[in-house]
Amino acid sequence: MSESKLKRVDLIFGEYSSVKFKVLADTLKRSNEDILEDLTESGLKGRGGAGFPTAIKWKYAAETPSKEKYVICNADEGEPGTFKDREILTRVPRKVFSGMAICGKVIGAQKGFIYLRGEYQFLMPELKRELEQYNEHMSKMGFDFPIEIVLGSGAYICGEESALFESMEGYRGEPRNKPPFPTTYGYMGKPTVINNVETFVNVVMIMRLGPIQFKLLGTSDSRGSKVFSVSGDTPIPGIYELELGMPLEKFVEEFGDGDTKAVQVGGAAGFCVPRKKFTETVIGFEGVPTGGSMMLFNSSRSMYNVLHNYLEFFEEESCGQCTPCRVGCQQLRKGIVAVKKGDKQSLYLDQLMKLAESMKISAKCGLGQSVANSFSSIVYNFREEMIY
Amino acid sequence: MTANEHLIRDLVEKHGTNRTALIPILQGVVETKNFISDTDMTEIAKELDLSAAQVFGTATFYSFLSTEPLGKYVIRVCKTITCDMHGKRTIIQTIEEMLKIKVGETTPNKKFSLLETNCLGWCHEGPAMLINEKPFTGLTHERVHDIISDYISKL
Repeated sequence: MSESKLKRVDLIFGEYSSVKFKVLADTLKRSNEDILEDLTESGLKGRGGAGFPTAIKWKYAAETPSKEKYVICNADEGEPGTFKDREILTRVPRKVFSGMAICGKVIGAQKGFIYLRGEYQFLMPELKRELEQYNEHMSKMGFDFPIEIVLGSGAYICGEESALFESMEGYRGEPRNKPPFPTTYGYMGKPTVINNVETFVNVVMIMRLGPIQFKLLGTSDSRGSKVFSVSGDTPIPGIYELELGMPLEKFVEEFGDGDTKAVQVGGAAGFCVPRKKFTETVIGFEGVPTGGSMMLFNSSRSMYNVLHNYLEFFEEESCGQCTPCRVGCQQLRKGIVAVKKGDKQSLYLDQLMKLAESMKISAKCGLGQSVANSFSSIVYNFREEMIY
Repeated sequence: MTANEHLIRDLVEKHGTNRTALIPILQGVVETKNFISDTDMTEIAKELDLSAAQVFGTATFYSFLSTEPLGKYVIRVCKTITCDMHGKRTIIQTIEEMLKIKVGETTPNKKFSLLETNCLGWCHEGPAMLINEKPFTGLTHERVHDIISDYISKL
């Protein structure tokens, strides 16, 4: 590969510490204000995709008075093209537990949960073994913060935080209205911090390295590094930890197969960027955000098939609770099929775009709201492929 | 007490009678017999002091909590975009030919069910599938042939 190679980072999978749970032990001795200050200074934003500032989330939960509070690690990784959380939980589970325990101390929670997607059930035995070691160390440190694993049962929507609470409480995974937000009304109606797996690991690394060193990575809007899940038409699919704020062009130069026609950034719920926009697109919160999913498509792929696959996915995974999403996803899929078959004129695509846009403002949760991202970006940029 | 009632009693004993126990109990039933029958749901409702409709509502929401009988080995082939691009169809065809069933069906001896599923999180090693909870990745016609033969020989 050429000298333009993107800088590799080794925060997430790098060494935790030579002493087991040392960062955790050291951090537990610090004051909550001190920890929050470091987090604020680091500029860390949530790594699940939405990018909410972690320090603010923790602060809100810390400030809400309640005897019962919870910390939840969202490991319901279901976005197409994402597989980084599985890798993190397999390779550095201790960092995840430590991040959760630090959060527990800061907000005053008594208990943590990891909501693990059903598809990752095979990770359970090893994770449980690791948890036993963690619990042992915690009792030695005299800090009681038990963590339990809750297993999902194959529903993408449960990655949505309020649907995840519903699922943990034994109900259908249907998202709640917001507000109230989880920091005031979360699991069991109690103040809850729910973060992505990677976010907790980042917290630990900020505690270890200090916010200044963390900030050296990335750009002013997107601090730090990110674990990317690279798949599709690439000779080197896999997990890569890279700096945020990189131009998509550089990414394609390194991971593409020389014939990349489009990159889907952020999974099926994200945006499809066509070749002509590679130079101007930045990967990060200032440009196109991603929870880590990067899928490359080369010129042999039909973008119609790609979009059809996404829509089928959304149609099946919609919880069906709100009409815009339940009916909208079906109509979008049927609509592009009708245009392709010639049953509808190509102008019908504009009506479908309008439908997608109205789903964006009327759907109850992120699933229905984000269908328009991929739909509009694919139909707009690859209109010919939708028709002929 | 029937074997089913025993199973549910044991699960209730393990997970408790709070609503939070419902999904773990349903998962336990699926783990043992691969699906949740109407009788199971009524029984669970009684134990947890819920209406049968509430149990049914929760169970039918989750794709892994089947309320229809499935085989001993449930094969779930990922059909999401990158697995689809990398030859999911061949994998399905191979399994269909070997087991003589179509997607959505169970073999007459009740040993295998073949289903398609959404993203399994193995996009970099697709095509991928689960057999019960075990993942298999980087599938080819030959590899899937070997895997299924292996399962058949274990019956």
